Amino acid sequence: MALQIFTYILHKDGVIDDTALEMVAAAGKIDPAASITAIVVGSKTDAVCNSLIASFKEVWKIDNDALSYPNSEVIRGLLTRVIPKGSTLLFALDPFGMDIGPGLSIKLEGAYVPDAVGFNGIEGGKLKVVRQEYSGQVSTHVLCDISGGAVLTIRPGAFRAVEADAAGGTVIDKTADAMTGGLPGGARRYIEVVQAEVGDVDITKSEILVSVGRGIGEQENIDIIKELAKAVGGDVSCSRPIVDAKWLEKSRQVGTSGQTVKPKVYMALGISGSFQHLGGIKGSPFMVVVNKNPKAPIFQVADIGVVEDLLEFVPLLTEKINELK
Amino acid sequence: MEILVCVKRVPDTAENEISVNSSGSDIERGDLVYSVNEWDNYAVEEAIQIRDKVGGSVTVVSVGDAESEEVLRREMAMGADKGILLSDDAFAGSDGKGLATILKAEILKGKYDLVLTGAQADDGAGQIGGMLAAMLDWPYASLVNRVELLDDKKIKIGREIAGGNQEINEIDLPCVLSIQTGINEPRYVGIRGIRKVASVEIPVHGASELGLNADSVGKTSAKVSRVDYFVPVLGKGAELLEGSIEEKVEKLVELLKSKGGIK
Repeated sequence: MALQIFTYILHKDGVIDDTALEMVAAAGKIDPAASITAIVVGSKTDAVCNSLIASFKEVWKIDNDALSYPNSEVIRGLLTRVIPKGSTLLFALDPFGMDIGPGLSIKLEGAYVPDAVGFNGIEGGKLKVVRQEYSGQVSTHVLCDISGGAVLTIRPGAFRAVEADAAGGTVIDKTADAMTGGLPGGARRYIEVVQAEVGDVDITKSEILVSVGRGIGEQENIDIIKELAKAVGGDVSCSRPIVDAKWLEKSRQVGTSGQTVKPKVYMALGISGSFQHLGGIKGSPFMVVVNKNPKAPIFQVADIGVVEDLLEFVPLLTEKINELK
Repeated sequence: MEILVCVKRVPDTAENEISVNSSGSDIERGDLVYSVNEWDNYAVEEAIQIRDKVGGSVTVVSVGDAESEEVLRREMAMGADKGILLSDDAFAGSDGKGLATILKAEILKGKYDLVLTGAQADDGAGQIGGMLAAMLDWPYASLVNRVELLDDKKIKIGREIAGGNQEINEIDLPCVLSIQTGINEPRYVGIRGIRKVASVEIPVHGASELGLNADSVGKTSAKVSRVDYFVPVLGKGAELLEGSIEEKVEKLVELLKSKGGIK
């Protein structure tokens, strides 16, 4: 029997997120014969629902003024009321999916597999999922018993979006069913979103980024990165651990929880290349990697790799560039 | 405030190159250096700071074998008051739900106001906190990067969302939070601190102490299991520069010049 797969649609200001059509691809990879239903939760969602009927046979909407911001505790309660037990549910792996997924799997009494990057078919009720561990240094196959239902989160960018193709879907209003019993999840109340601080340099506009990661070791070593950036006429950016250590300001962080950059040249120095970091680099820059660990995942996506200790290599590189001037 | 922090002993990825063993059944564990999961360290620091402000106690708990005791001691050296090890052969092979079931049983033996976990660990799953909260019917928030105490019934939290923005929520106690790195600066633990807690007794609770049926945890109950490890192939791979370090510098300078990498 074909699977019943629900995919939760992220949307903002009436526009669906890039991950929405990646979910269609992921669902098709799980089971090509699956019946796929989109779920839209929010307020004033008609535009979102209408943009999905070309890609989904069925779009379920839960629409209420109280749902204008996606509070995952509220939405978990609503979904628990309407999703049939035994279904497979997909969420994008983002701060919302991470928030709602594990708890929802418990409430629906299904299995949970986070951060899927691939699927290798179903055998005997068990779905074979590809995941990564240790920040992408190794991959694993995981077997997930989906016979009693499952919640999976899908890594953004791991599946190529399926373009809309006149699925001619219908929108089904599930609001009344979902809201029976009132608004759930009252123990966590959304207040506001605080926008990120703007820094002294806007790295999203930089053409050359000299980006530093954990491999720099000590705070005082950051100076060699600043000197290289000065020599090449670029700006200094960084990966998350450098901001966590407060060695550089948050506005210089490249990644899904930081800035999305689109430089012409990106130099990654002592950065291992987590998918969250790579998710913040767009526009296919010429990428140079310096890392003493040849197994760092970032070598696989870079153009040029140098396996050296950056503390030794970077000062020599800066010196050579300065000699040319 | 009575606070419980769930911690895990993991291979230290800053100290190790992780590789797959020859049969693909596991990673090479021979020379690995282990430490406490980085995210958990931030969770313990946050717990200690909260206790120091409003009183109460911090308990650290880990599901694992006898070697997990060392990470419990490390966190006690940081300032946690108590450590509890949850260990039993019946726990082996547990999936996320199994681990959350074990932790829930320990939580219900105490009277906690706040349970913290790290936002994720070595397997990148980030699932235990959310599962625990749902099992306990307590509210939950993930990726927490700010905690502000309001009164003894509720706290205000900030969550990390896309683009460096922060989502602010009010959440009732008791609750479960998963803590993101960068929320604080975990204190340094010296040899002296470790020595001070070296002889503190750490109770070990197994399935019978926790009142758990062996079939509700471990391999038999697990719906999710790892089959094998393999080396991922993400892209075509970088062209590696060869030669002495000086030769690599020269080659890279030429490449950067031709690609607009030097202004």
